[in-house]
Amino acid sequence: MTATIDKPVTKKSLEALRDRAAAEGLLDVAYATADSPFGTLLLAKTPRGLVRLGLPGEDAEAMLVDLAGRISPRVLEDPARLDEERRELDDYFAGRRHAFELPIDWQLSNGFLLRARQGIAAIPYGETRTYTDLARTAGNERAVRAAGSACSRNPIPLVVPCHRVLRSDGSLGGYAGGLEMKERLLELEQAP
Amino acid sequence: MADLPPFQTLIDEHATEVMAVLRGAVGREGAEDAFQETFLAALRAYPGLRDDRNLRGWLVTIAHRKAIDHHRARGRAPVPVAEVREEAFTDPDPADGTIWEAVAALPPKQRAAVTLRFASDLPHEEIAAALGCSPAAARRSLHEGLKRLRKEIA
Repeated sequence: MTATIDKPVTKKSLEALRDRAAAEGLLDVAYATADSPFGTLLLAKTPRGLVRLGLPGEDAEAMLVDLAGRISPRVLEDPARLDEERRELDDYFAGRRHAFELPIDWQLSNGFLLRARQGIAAIPYGETRTYTDLARTAGNERAVRAAGSACSRNPIPLVVPCHRVLRSDGSLGGYAGGLEMKERLLELEQAP
Repeated sequence: MADLPPFQTLIDEHATEVMAVLRGAVGREGAEDAFQETFLAALRAYPGLRDDRNLRGWLVTIAHRKAIDHHRARGRAPVPVAEVREEAFTDPDPADGTIWEAVAALPPKQRAAVTLRFASDLPHEEIAAALGCSPAAARRSLHEGLKRLRKEIA
């Protein structure tokens, strides 16, 4: 056996700590990274469900600091607790999954934005809507700009598929992960 | 309330040191349990913490309390000599083991002061805060502890 002096805190003891924290209800936000064809994603969940998904290129550290401020500072890295989310996303990228079943925690969305994002979540795989459609679904046809920010500041992209929302003229609009990613996601969903 | 960083940051930055402090204070056997208790207690209290300027000192203070709990729970003075000898026998680094053995054999206050000063690099004021005594008393405990250690090791 090698000297424990070099690695005084073992993986096992950190795992035990996370499990005990979760059992005592002290794990308010668990997070983990996940590989994707577009780069590394950051997944964060509360006991209620997935609360935030960071796309490649988003500042992961800033995202965790933001969650600590908005939800709870009890934020712990816990890959095992996000196995299900990782599995569903893998299946989605491989074209095997057309709808997500993982639970969502909507607490970062309120009012019109919440209605708009729940509307986005209901757009079926392979279909698209316009920002105007979305504004109407959320109960205010004229709030097209607000529908735009429901997409651009969507806390859970991919699972709440804001890439399925386009401009009325058919052009792409924007995407936090970059327009190329938006285009490739739409192509993936068109594949037979 | 302070803008607290994600708790994971505290683990990433200070877990190694907290474990070292606990090894010094309760020995290798008890350190694992005390480590869990320390971070669980910290996690419990964390959202209510008002001052985030010295998170390291805060964790070390909790670790120290858990070390005291550990000794209390065992209901006796620090690790009996026979047991320590046994441990040192299997220790991969006897030179390192000797000094911790001697530290572990000190009376609680002296042991704590020595550990907090040298394993955690805390100034006298923080040692005093951790021990719940005056800085002068902390200095005295440290001094007595060191004097005793020098005698033991020499």
